Amino acid sequence: MLQEHAKIVDFIATAEGVTGRKKLQKMIYIMKKMDMPFQEKYEFHIYGPYSEELTARVEELCDMGFLSEALEDKGSYVQYKYSVTEEGMEFRKVLGKSILDNPLTAGKLNAKSGRFLELTATLLYFDNLNRQEQIEKLHVVKGKLNFTAEEIDEAFAFIEDLRS
Amino acid sequence: MSYATQKLAEEKVFKDPVHRYIHVRDQVIWDLINSREVQRLRRIKQLGTSYLVFHGAEHSRFNHSLGVYEIVRRISDDIFHGRPEWDESERLVVLCAALLHDLGHGPFSHSFEKVFSVDHEMFTREILLGDTEVNEILLRVSSEFPKKVAEVIAKTYSNKQVVSLISSQIDADRMDYLQRDAYYTGVSYGHFDMERILRVMRPLDDQVVIKSSGMHAVEDYIMSRYQMYWQVYFHPVARSAEVILRKILQRAKELSGSGYKFEQPPTHFLAFFDRSFTLKEYLALDEGVLMTYFQLWMTERDPILSDLCDRFVNRRLFQYVDFDPGKDYKKLGELAQLFHSAGIDPEYYLIDDSTSDLPYDFYRPGEEEERLPIHLLMPSGDIKELSRLSQIVDAISGKRRTDYKLYFPAELLIDGKKKAIKQQILEMLREGGL
Repeated sequence: MLQEHAKIVDFIATAEGVTGRKKLQKMIYIMKKMDMPFQEKYEFHIYGPYSEELTARVEELCDMGFLSEALEDKGSYVQYKYSVTEEGMEFRKVLGKSILDNPLTAGKLNAKSGRFLELTATLLYFDNLNRQEQIEKLHVVKGKLNFTAEEIDEAFAFIEDLRS
Repeated sequence: MSYATQKLAEEKVFKDPVHRYIHVRDQVIWDLINSREVQRLRRIKQLGTSYLVFHGAEHSRFNHSLGVYEIVRRISDDIFHGRPEWDESERLVVLCAALLHDLGHGPFSHSFEKVFSVDHEMFTREILLGDTEVNEILLRVSSEFPKKVAEVIAKTYSNKQVVSLISSQIDADRMDYLQRDAYYTGVSYGHFDMERILRVMRPLDDQVVIKSSGMHAVEDYIMSRYQMYWQVYFHPVARSAEVILRKILQRAKELSGSGYKFEQPPTHFLAFFDRSFTLKEYLALDEGVLMTYFQLWMTERDPILSDLCDRFVNRRLFQYVDFDPGKDYKKLGELAQLFHSAGIDPEYYLIDDSTSDLPYDFYRPGEEEERLPIHLLMPSGDIKELSRLSQIVDAISGKRRTDYKLYFPAELLIDGKKKAIKQQILEMLREGGL
């Protein structure tokens, strides 16, 4: 019952909260690509992998009182911080045990910036291509973000690390 | 003359109840329509289980694919033709993408994808790029052409105008399915003035915009979409059939994994159970194949599989009640225990299902640039986002509506066996216990 909702709560609890809607989107996408059993369907939404289902689920979890959503004013922009409420921690128990084989993965993802996760998620979206083609596609779809060669190398190394 | 520009000796037309006629002049389009992979779409219903509620809704993804092609053809050949902002060399790629955009859908797509964790978009790409008749036809245009068509459908193509025609908040896909589904279901919602919308569409920079004079036609389109979602696509009875379908596939998978000896072995599904499937195996599936299995499995020894199949084939669907997951999730656990005690497996007979929709969304803080809004082109040449000018659209923008239902077999709870427990279940379900 409500297993898919509980998985999101479990992930955010393990990550000890996530700041940024876009960041959360990319984190779950990367976890999915690492074969974690998230069911949210992702599509390429002009600017990157994005899940309408995840957006809906997070809103539902906030409405249910299992997640809290706090607005953080960063000056030129705002960010939303998601954390699991007490009720949410109780709800998480419907899973029995955590879905994350390695809880450190959530922490590793959370330690990265939204920009870096966006880069990593986009490279993973094109993982059916060879490395050079992946980079070319990245520049086509994310041209405005001007990712550097160093950032791209770092993202590939990060993917390797997650997979190992 | 190259294959890309080759025309048929005579224009072919398909009679169509939505667009009156579908016009085909390009040899490439004609060859694609006649390919095995496109013809397979005739055997996959556009609306899945909705025909069990709206008996007219038997139309296929083939009809819809032709419809999307026709809308894009009209935009490309009539509306955008000759406009400096539109790159005429994109004509064939956008027509092919329109025709082929749903190619990877499988039988009862939604349920099948959920149970077997597959993605129709991945199959679309594989059909376009793999060893198929469609690929062979596209390759005749150029070696890069199949990839270009795949990129348009995957929304990763460099020309965003082309992507927007197939996939955006006002695209040919939606404009066709809303009208087509309204026609075949027989509902009175879903109608809007597409002629007007097409006439006021303009290519501009990296998007497709609507002249502000067409705003009211767009309002009507958005309201149609809103009503179709709640009246047709999310109909609770169609969802009941979908829940049962999902559980049939789940049960067959579980039985196969446990070594159960089927009287009718699930030959067509085995590769999906262990995820060793090939494209050929995927393409061998259609709704006729699935329905044949369901009919044969009605006499399987396993009581759950045979019962679920009988329910689906003979439309003995689950009943449902509304529930509030935030409040009721612990009671769902109790209810599942009671189902166990009553000898009814809750894994297959007590199922929660939620669905939600956002009628139109233009901006969500923190998710900037994830979705492209509908932009209106003002007489001054300025661009304005739709909900800034339309009070109707503004009223429903960003407002998600979610519906939670709990499905269960009502008649198993009143069959006289284990009466006391079942009475308790019924009270929880019907008398406010949830």
